[in-house]
Amino acid sequence: MTNPRSQALRIGLRRGWTEFLLSLRSPQDVWFYLFTSTLAVGFLWFNRNNPIEGTELLYTQVTLPSILGALLVFGLYVGPLSTLALEREDGTLLRYKAAPHGMVGYVASQAVYQTAQVVPSVAVILVPSMLLFDGVGPLGLRGWLTMLAVTALGILAVLPFGLIVGSLIPGSQKGGTWGMLPIMVLFGISGIFFPISNLWGWVQALAQVFPMYWLGLGMRSAFLPDAAAALEIGGSWRTLETVLVLATWAVVGLTLAPRVLRRMAERQSGSQVQEARDRALQQWVR
Amino acid sequence: MAEDVIGVRGLRMRYGDKDVLTGVDFEVRRGEVVALLGPNGAGKTTTIEILEGFRRRSAGEVSVLGSDPERADEDWRARIGVVLQSWRDHARWTPRMLLSHLGTYYRPYSTPERPRPYDVDELLAMVGLQDLADQKIRTLSGGQRRRLDVAIGIVGRPELLFLDEPTAGFDPEARREFHDLIHRLTDMEDTTVLMTTHDLDEAEKIADRILILAAGRIVADGSADELARRVNKGAQVKWTVDGQHFVHATTDATAFVRELLAANPNIEDLEVRRATLEDTYIALVHSVESGVGTGPIDAFAEAG
Repeated sequence: MTNPRSQALRIGLRRGWTEFLLSLRSPQDVWFYLFTSTLAVGFLWFNRNNPIEGTELLYTQVTLPSILGALLVFGLYVGPLSTLALEREDGTLLRYKAAPHGMVGYVASQAVYQTAQVVPSVAVILVPSMLLFDGVGPLGLRGWLTMLAVTALGILAVLPFGLIVGSLIPGSQKGGTWGMLPIMVLFGISGIFFPISNLWGWVQALAQVFPMYWLGLGMRSAFLPDAAAALEIGGSWRTLETVLVLATWAVVGLTLAPRVLRRMAERQSGSQVQEARDRALQQWVR
Repeated sequence: MAEDVIGVRGLRMRYGDKDVLTGVDFEVRRGEVVALLGPNGAGKTTTIEILEGFRRRSAGEVSVLGSDPERADEDWRARIGVVLQSWRDHARWTPRMLLSHLGTYYRPYSTPERPRPYDVDELLAMVGLQDLADQKIRTLSGGQRRRLDVAIGIVGRPELLFLDEPTAGFDPEARREFHDLIHRLTDMEDTTVLMTTHDLDEAEKIADRILILAAGRIVADGSADELARRVNKGAQVKWTVDGQHFVHATTDATAFVRELLAANPNIEDLEVRRATLEDTYIALVHSVESGVGTGPIDAFAEAG
């Protein structure tokens, strides 16, 4: 007899892949990819000739990796958060709670699904940018490997928190407040569109607590020549600090997530699904 | 005597300062189909969710397949089927995909006597979804979706199946097919079924035993016939003489009719109607809710 738990894990991994393939064929999701692509590439296009003062670099070269880092955080936080908040209400989670070891499978599927989505979300911005603009993209093999490593760390640091907050928020309508709002604030303070050194000291300190700044920094270190580190805080890529901060987030997230998810799953019931349904239907009527 | 699959003693549930269940007692034996009836808000769903292990009770003893649902493990889960009220989950999937996916969770629990999971095609045919097997679940109608819910509930070939309002939104034909399905499950698979329903007709058709839940406890327990006989002993006798209609209520219909026929040779259209399950149900629930008839009903519950 196969071990039911590892069997559930395997089924879950497969489900995540299935969800990913279904998402690639869903017009809604494809439109979303095109939308973010147009927005990001369009923004870079309008700034394509802007130089960065005091350097040989162009705005596009510095900003593209920053945007990719920020979008990673966006996708890995808002994605699982909204999926979980919605699937708590539509009965998906309850289905897995009703199956033996179903929650193991469900969480595994979320990990695969949300991770797989990183590839198209990065590609739809990186590929057209590399075709349209000069001197953008990871620098050589080392650059590509750095980008992969930073992405992997980012997934471990952010994805668990998407699941945690998605388990804690009271309903899917709160997804905006808990999902989008913090991300928008971080977009503004993490040195994505302009250097972080333009901001007040306390804002810089705050931004450096969260993964978005470090993911942006890590991405820039993969895309830009070493001389460009002069633009950063301390004039360095601070690779060690990047790894330490992201790893800390990952350890805390991976420790908390199973507990929070288990508690959330314990509270799932059919009546909750029914209440959420009634609430949503009432909103339609209004 | 058959073994108890479900045993509930002194079950209480309190939300804040509101008591929903005030002391529920009942058993369900192996192979039985039991319907839990009751007015809205009586606590039917709460009861069934406690038994499914989806909700923590405030007090009382509960045993389901030999375990306390609050502490039961995943192996226990594999022996239980739950038909959930779905809504819009897995909208992009097809019934075939979802059934074979969820069925895989039960594969490690397969035994020669109880091969798990069900074959997907067989299952789709059982619930009449074979023609829609490869359509997106999003495109299914409410009734079709409900049938998929039932299929998902039984995909692991459960020993015990919980159904909460299973036929809400079914048309009469789908309802008939659903009843056949339940009969098939209990006859061929020896599945025990506990369902909640609003539909008295349905309860009468498919349940071996009916439990009526009102004011937070079980106020009646028995087959549809037993309930009707015990609660409402009376019957209505109708007849026609020379084109004139008569109606008479009596507690002893047989004696009344014997006398009536002896006294009057011109009787036509004689009809004796015993109280239906519906009459019983309405009478019971009304007396419990108004608090008038608690005495006789307690006596009745003890008699049962």
